[in-house]
Amino acid sequence: MQDIRPDTSHVVIDAHGLQCLIDALSQDGRRVVGPTVRDEAIVYDDIAGLGSLPRGWTDRQEAGRYALERREDEACFGYVVGPHSWKKFLFPPVETLWKARREDDGTMAVSRPERPADRFAFIGVRACEIEAIAIQDRVFEQGPYTDTAYAARRSDAFIVAVNCGQAGGTCFCVSMETGPRATHGFDLALTEMIEGAEHRFLVEIGSEEGRSVMAQVPHVRADEARIGAASAIVERTAAQMGRHLDTDGLKELLQGNLEHPRWDDVADRCLTCANCTMVCPTCFCSTVEDHSDLANREAERVRKWDSCFTMDFSYIHGGSVRASTASRYRQWMTHKLANWIDQFGTSGCVGCGRCITWCPVGIDLTQEAAAIRATPGEGRS
Amino acid sequence: MPSDVFAADPFLPDLYRVGKVRRELADAVTLELEPQSGPRPDFRPGQFNMLYAFGVGEVAISMSASARLGTGFVHTVRNAGAVSGALARLEPGATLGVRGPFGTGWPVVKAEGRDVLIVAGGLGLAPLRPAIQDVLAHRERYGRVTILVGCRSPHDILYQHDLEEWRQRLDVTVEVTVDHAGTDWHGDVGFVTTLIPRSPFDPDKTVAMVCGPEVMMRFAASALLKAGVPASEIHLSMERNMKCAIGLCGHCQFGPTFVCKDGPVFPLDRISGLLAVQEI
Ligand code: SF4
Ligand code: SF4
Ligand code: FES
Repeated sequence: MQDIRPDTSHVVIDAHGLQCLIDALSQDGRRVVGPTVRDEAIVYDDIAGLGSLPRGWTDRQEAGRYALERREDEACFGYVVGPHSWKKFLFPPVETLWKARREDDGTMAVSRPERPADRFAFIGVRACEIEAIAIQDRVFEQGPYTDTAYAARRSDAFIVAVNCGQAGGTCFCVSMETGPRATHGFDLALTEMIEGAEHRFLVEIGSEEGRSVMAQVPHVRADEARIGAASAIVERTAAQMGRHLDTDGLKELLQGNLEHPRWDDVADRCLTCANCTMVCPTCFCSTVEDHSDLANREAERVRKWDSCFTMDFSYIHGGSVRASTASRYRQWMTHKLANWIDQFGTSGCVGCGRCITWCPVGIDLTQEAAAIRATPGEGRS
Repeated sequence: MPSDVFAADPFLPDLYRVGKVRRELADAVTLELEPQSGPRPDFRPGQFNMLYAFGVGEVAISMSASARLGTGFVHTVRNAGAVSGALARLEPGATLGVRGPFGTGWPVVKAEGRDVLIVAGGLGLAPLRPAIQDVLAHRERYGRVTILVGCRSPHDILYQHDLEEWRQRLDVTVEVTVDHAGTDWHGDVGFVTTLIPRSPFDPDKTVAMVCGPEVMMRFAASALLKAGVPASEIHLSMERNMKCAIGLCGHCQFGPTFVCKDGPVFPLDRISGLLAVQEI
C-alpha cells in the first residue's frame, strides 16, 4: 500500500469546511451530487450540504443483504457503497438521442435536443468508483466512436474522492487493485478522521482546479502525523476486505471453460432479474426505443440502460441467441471478468461488491469464479 | 442539419431518399437510396448501414451492390420485423435515416491472384453481391471464381437475373441448390455445403467468403476445412442483435468480439472456438 506522500499538497478541513467546499462548488454553477439516505439505502442525489449527507449512518452488506445501521459517531462517509453509482449521472438511465420531424411531403429532419448542460461535482467518490468511471471512459470515449454527450458531461465533472475508512462485507477492491485508496483521477480526495469530539478531513489536492476551489475553503496545513494517521486508516480498510477474487489467469480460465457445469448450477439459482447489471458501475449496455406521436409527425429515439440478462437482448429474427439462463449468466460473467480485458485492456470489474449485495438470491461472482477454478476443464454434463 | 456539433455525434443519421424499389421475393425488396445532402461515403463490400424508418426504429442491413455501381446505397431488405417491415414498405420518394458504413468487409483485394469461392445461403447472397461485382469488375486479377448458392425453395432464389448473367460468363462457375423443390425444378436439391467438394478450386490458393444462417455457415466452414482451405482464408459474416453499430450498446457481442466493429466479416481462425459454442 502506497503512503499518502507528504510532498503532495495536503490540507485539513473540518465539517464546516466541508460545507464551504460544497457551497463553493455550487456557487461555481455546478450541480453538486453526493450520498444521501433514501428508502433505507444510501443513494446518490443532489445535495445541499452537510444536512443531506448520511451523517452517523453505516451500511451492513452481505450476499443478498443490505441494511443501514446507526454509527456511534457522526461520520459523513462512514458507509461503503450503495445501489447507485455515478454512472447514472454520466450515462443517464434514459436519454433522448435525437428527435425527428416529418413533413407533409414525406421529407424528414433530425435534430439533437438541447441537452441540459450539467456541470457535475461528485462528492464522495470511492477509489473503486473512480476506476469504474475510467473504465466507462474507455468504452464511451476511446473506441472508434465517441459518445459525445457522455464526453461533455465527463470532461466537466469535478471529483471529490473519499478514501474508504472501512470495507464492506462484499468488497474486494484489493483483489482488483482499484482501492481502497484513491491514487489518481480526482480533483480532491478526502480521508475522514474522527477522534473523540474532533471531526476532520485530510484533503489531498489532485488538480489545479481542486487547488483553486480549496482556496475558497477555510483550511490548515496538514502535518506529517496527520498524513500518517490517514494512511493507517486506509491500510486498516485494506485488511478488512469481505471478499477475495483470484485474478491470476482468470481471463484464460473463464474463456477456456465455456462449457463448465457450473454455468448450469448458477442458472438454477439466477432469476435473470438483471439487478446485478443495473447496480454495476461499469455495465454499459443500452437499448433504444423509438416513439412517434399519434399523427406520426414527431418521433424520437431514446436510449435506455439494458441488460444482457433479458431475453430480448440477443434477439435476432426468430429467436434469442442466448435463450437459456446459463448462457446469459455466462455472458455476463465472462464479459465482466474476461472478455472485457480483450476489448478494453482492463477487467470490467472493480470489486465494489454491488452485484453480490443486490442479487436477490445472493449469487456471488467471486464464488462462481472460485468454483470454476476448483474444477477447471470439466465438460458440460 | 449538418453543423459541426452534429457532425461528431455518431448517433445522428443522415437523410436519404428512396429511389427505385424492386421486389425480389415475396418478402424482400431492394431499395436504392440517394443522399439528400452531400455525397454518399465510400464503402467496401460486406459493410453495413443502420437504416432508420421514421418512428419505428433502426436495423442493420448490409449494402447489396458495389460502391462502384452508383452514387447511392443499395439494400435488400426482408420483412422480418417491425423495422424491416416498415423499410420494406417504403415507396419511391420516401425519406429514411442512414448511419454508416460500419464494420469490416470481404477480403476482395486480398483475394487477388487466388481462387475465389463464394458460398451463400438464402438472403446471405445480398451482402456477398458487392464482393462478386467487384471481383468480376477485375476478373483478370483472380483465379477461378465459383459462386455456390443454397435456398429453401426455387421461390427463395435472390437476384435470379444476376445469377443468370454470371452463369452466362465462361469464366465463372455458378451452382444453385434448393432444399425442397417441385417437379418443375431441374437444378440441384440439397444443402449448399454438398456443392463444395465438387467445386473447382485449389484449396491452397483459395479465399472463401461465406454468408448465410449461422448453422449453414458452421457446416460450410467445416466442409471448407475438410476440403483443405486454411481457416485464415475462410471468411464468415456474423449476425448478432445490434442497437448502435458503433461499439457502445454491447448488444452485438460474440465472445470477446463486437460484431459491429470487429466484424461482421471475420476470418474463421479468429472465431472458430466461438462458433462451436452454443448460445454464445
Ligand atoms: S461486477 Fe459486481 S463487483 Fe464488479 S464492478 Fe460490477 S457490481 Fe462491482
Ligand atoms: S445474478 Fe442475481 S442479480 Fe444478477 S440476474 Fe441473476 S439473480 Fe439477478
Ligand atoms: S451494435 Fe452496439 S456495440 Fe455493436
